[in-house]
Amino acid sequence: TQCLFTLVIAPDTETLKLTEQQILFYHSTDFEVHRNWLAITHSLPVSKWYHENTSEWTLDYPPLFAWFEYSLSHVAQHFDKEMLVVQNLLYTSPATILFQRLSVIVTDIVFIYAVKECCRSVREEKGSKDLLGHPFFILAALLLWNFGLLIVDHIHFQYNGFLFGILLLSVARHLQGRHLEGALLFTVLLNLKHIYLYIAPAYGIFLLRSYCFTEDNTDGSVRWSSFSPVRLVALGSIVISVGALSFGPFIAMGQLPQVLSRLFPFKRGLCHAYWAPNVWALYNMVDKALSVLGVRLKLLDVAKLPKASMTGGLVQEFQHSILPSVSPSITLICTLLSIMPAVLSIWCRPRGARGFLRCLVVCALGSFMFGWHVHEKAILMAILPFSILAVESREDAGIFLMLTTTGHYSLFPLLFTAAELPIKVLLMLLFTLYSFTSLKKLFRGSLLNPLETTYLLGLVAVEILCEVVYPLSPWQHTMPFVPLLVTSVYCSLGVCYSFIRLYVSLLRQHGTDKHKQL
Amino acid sequence: MENWSLVSICVLFGLTARWAVSLNSYSGAGKPPMFGDYEAQRHWQEVTYNLPVHEWYFNTTDNNLNYWGLDYPPLTAYHSLLCAHVAKLINPDWVELHASRGHESYGHKLFMRATVLVADLLIYIPAVVLYSFYLSEGSNKKKVCTVLCILLYPGLILIDYGHFQYNSISLGLALWGVVVLGLGWDVLGSLAFVLSLNYKQMELYHSLPFFCYLLGKCFKQGLAGRGLFLLVKIAVTVLVTFALCWLPFLSDPGQILQVVHRLFPVGRGLFEDKVANTWCSLNVLIKIKTILSTDTQLYISLTTTLLAILPSSIKLLMKPTLWQFKLALVNSSLAFFLFSFQVHEKSILLPALPVCLLLNDLPLPAIWFLQASTFSMLPLFLKDGLLVPYVVTSLAFLFFSIYLLSALEHCSEDKLRLGPYRQLYRIGWALFYFSITAMAGLSFMSVALAPPAQLPDLFPLLVSVFSYLHFLGLLLYFNIVQIAEPPQSVRKNQKKSN
Repeated sequence: TQCLFTLVIAPDTETLKLTEQQILFYHSTDFEVHRNWLAITHSLPVSKWYHENTSEWTLDYPPLFAWFEYSLSHVAQHFDKEMLVVQNLLYTSPATILFQRLSVIVTDIVFIYAVKECCRSVREEKGSKDLLGHPFFILAALLLWNFGLLIVDHIHFQYNGFLFGILLLSVARHLQGRHLEGALLFTVLLNLKHIYLYIAPAYGIFLLRSYCFTEDNTDGSVRWSSFSPVRLVALGSIVISVGALSFGPFIAMGQLPQVLSRLFPFKRGLCHAYWAPNVWALYNMVDKALSVLGVRLKLLDVAKLPKASMTGGLVQEFQHSILPSVSPSITLICTLLSIMPAVLSIWCRPRGARGFLRCLVVCALGSFMFGWHVHEKAILMAILPFSILAVESREDAGIFLMLTTTGHYSLFPLLFTAAELPIKVLLMLLFTLYSFTSLKKLFRGSLLNPLETTYLLGLVAVEILCEVVYPLSPWQHTMPFVPLLVTSVYCSLGVCYSFIRLYVSLLRQHGTDKHKQL
Repeated sequence: MENWSLVSICVLFGLTARWAVSLNSYSGAGKPPMFGDYEAQRHWQEVTYNLPVHEWYFNTTDNNLNYWGLDYPPLTAYHSLLCAHVAKLINPDWVELHASRGHESYGHKLFMRATVLVADLLIYIPAVVLYSFYLSEGSNKKKVCTVLCILLYPGLILIDYGHFQYNSISLGLALWGVVVLGLGWDVLGSLAFVLSLNYKQMELYHSLPFFCYLLGKCFKQGLAGRGLFLLVKIAVTVLVTFALCWLPFLSDPGQILQVVHRLFPVGRGLFEDKVANTWCSLNVLIKIKTILSTDTQLYISLTTTLLAILPSSIKLLMKPTLWQFKLALVNSSLAFFLFSFQVHEKSILLPALPVCLLLNDLPLPAIWFLQASTFSMLPLFLKDGLLVPYVVTSLAFLFFSIYLLSALEHCSEDKLRLGPYRQLYRIGWALFYFSITAMAGLSFMSVALAPPAQLPDLFPLLVSVFSYLHFLGLLLYFNIVQIAEPPQSVRKNQKKSN
């Protein structure tokens, strides 16, 4: 197995390096964000980290990530000292860029290790297959060469590989039955990036139900007598100690409110400037359509509508003109409602670690669908863990193909320059072709029904429309947001559909389990 | 997984690598007044679009031949004209006569890179896929691996997509010639090769094997019958193709002479710059460039080249099989590279193409040669700012080719076809690793260390001499393989013959 992994891992490293070649001179705002954080953690004392606001990109990740940047900055100073000066806003040099890129590659080692552990836990069918047909090989390829991760991490620049590595490692540990390690890893992850709070319910309920209660009754329900306080205390102490390590210094300095306000900025608006393909994108679209219709049919007075919604494009503060406005608390309630059935199902009928994984994916996708100011990159939080389920079950593979293709396509607007167009198209084709053919071969037969296939082929039409036809049309200057809008709305249809299908499969399994017990 | 999906994945991967490299710098970027090959290609588009055909190769007020005058045969000129028409549609400034000189912009770079990619996709890549599937041996998996490894050959990627040239067209057409000949269609094969020759005159390095192979086939079929008929068909095809390519120039003998004069500048000397061939390496010990007169140099070079290609050509003439043909292509072009006149380091691509075709049959020597050829162009890459692509593509190529073709595990005496020299294969792969390490070391030193003041060209010289030793050794090896042809592989060769 080891040598098989070298086959898979090394190509990944080569692919990473290949992408590195072209990015030595290109960088996005996330570059400046991380450079700023390197500077803040290196040059300023700890007490100033969450107060510093010379740059607009303030530190808005939990303290453990700040400590991570601090340790990186010690290596950075050997590359280029100038990047660590806080006042050097938008500072860039070849050495800086090289260091940043190298740091992503190096931290990706965590991701590679995690993929290896996940592949070990994958169920395999008996029978000799050649290397390319083994589920674990397919899983490794789907994870290591995941188009979204490549694009977001290596071209756009973030440390998602590192973070997803920790997430996948935690999942792998749970699949292997090493729950304490999994819990520890998740707590660390939570203190590195708090967006993973969205999937914390899955972890919490699963650990409580399956780990703290050591036995189930014969019908699968909770045996309250088997509660193990020792295990609960073990879990609790892990959470508290990691939290103390991370937040401790700030609580001691009385800065906790300030840190929390940085971590949870709710002023930013329901949607990102580019609408993530979730429910609110559809909601906005319906609202816009209704208002346009209303004006045409003379049911509404144009003067009474908010200016931005009629003339402007996709702005941060999108004001709804017809449908009721959505506030952060509403999104929170919707998210909680959406994940409630899944969480309840693993409480009532736990199906072991795989049931937990399914619930995790549902939580991630639910929070993507209904969350406040969701970034389209968050779709990766659902796609990557789902890959594990996809290589084990036929139905999951079908949902996976739908979700992945749509989700990855929705990342296209992240790379908008002409030079990157061939790269993103080629990589997308590579990944899509591979995922379709390998999963089709694994499960012997077509995985999508004709409607789904037509929808996915429609993505090609959307791409040609948005990137080739529209820029050459006269509307490009008057309404430049239309391609983004079309992409966002079209993809949200696919993502919503996948979400519904995933839920149906989860509840159906829940139903069959209940049936078995009766 | 099905073949077509695997091949598509390999092709997509190859394309991604190519485009990734093309985002880097090109030859002569930002270096007025002369710039580099990129500007030369852009200038040819300008010249062919704005000037009438009979002025393309002449020195006129509008066409200053000292500023990147056309020095490739007419097909290059027609291709530049085609690109110029497209360029005119997108942005006329790019091909404005005189005004567009030295034009460098983001959009223009994307356009130029796109033209290379399109040409590659239409000509070179299909030829590679067809060759791997129809003319190479082994399981389907092995054929797919061959496609991947050939497409990942760093030298061609870096020169075409980095430095900026259109070698994929001439090499692709030559490869089409090989494929078509391998399938048995001699006339079409010669047509393809003539087109290739009319794109870049350097393809003359490959011309002798094509000639000997076809002539040998004619002999085999009997000169008093089908053989003669075949010979006549081929000759007519060649002449007609030449005539069609040179049609606009045929009206005036002065035109033809001028074009030939531009294609073969004999006044330029035995070598320029540092190149990994005999004369440059010899020059280190004996300053032959200054001792001997230009005419003597010419004669010595001619004689040694002829001597070097003679054995391989005669063998091919006597035994025109595909296997012999491939080896003869290698031997002939490599001999030309090592001994010919006015050779540029980029000409190593000409032997590299047939060596790529040997990846399946003789993996270890082929990989060794291909890596050495990439390494020999290192000084050029450093000048163009292509260090990172060089490192990445070399590592990727080495990894994929060594692992996928299992060169080192299956490096048995049968595969090396050395016959009586069986003990050498054991030493072979140890030497290979040592050589790769030395190349890596030299590459690192070229970048990291500054040469001593009295020897400013130390590192390029070391690189070229080191490469030269490799090329010489591999020339001997491939010649031995072609000529010796041990008995146990005779049956295999008979299967390959058409």
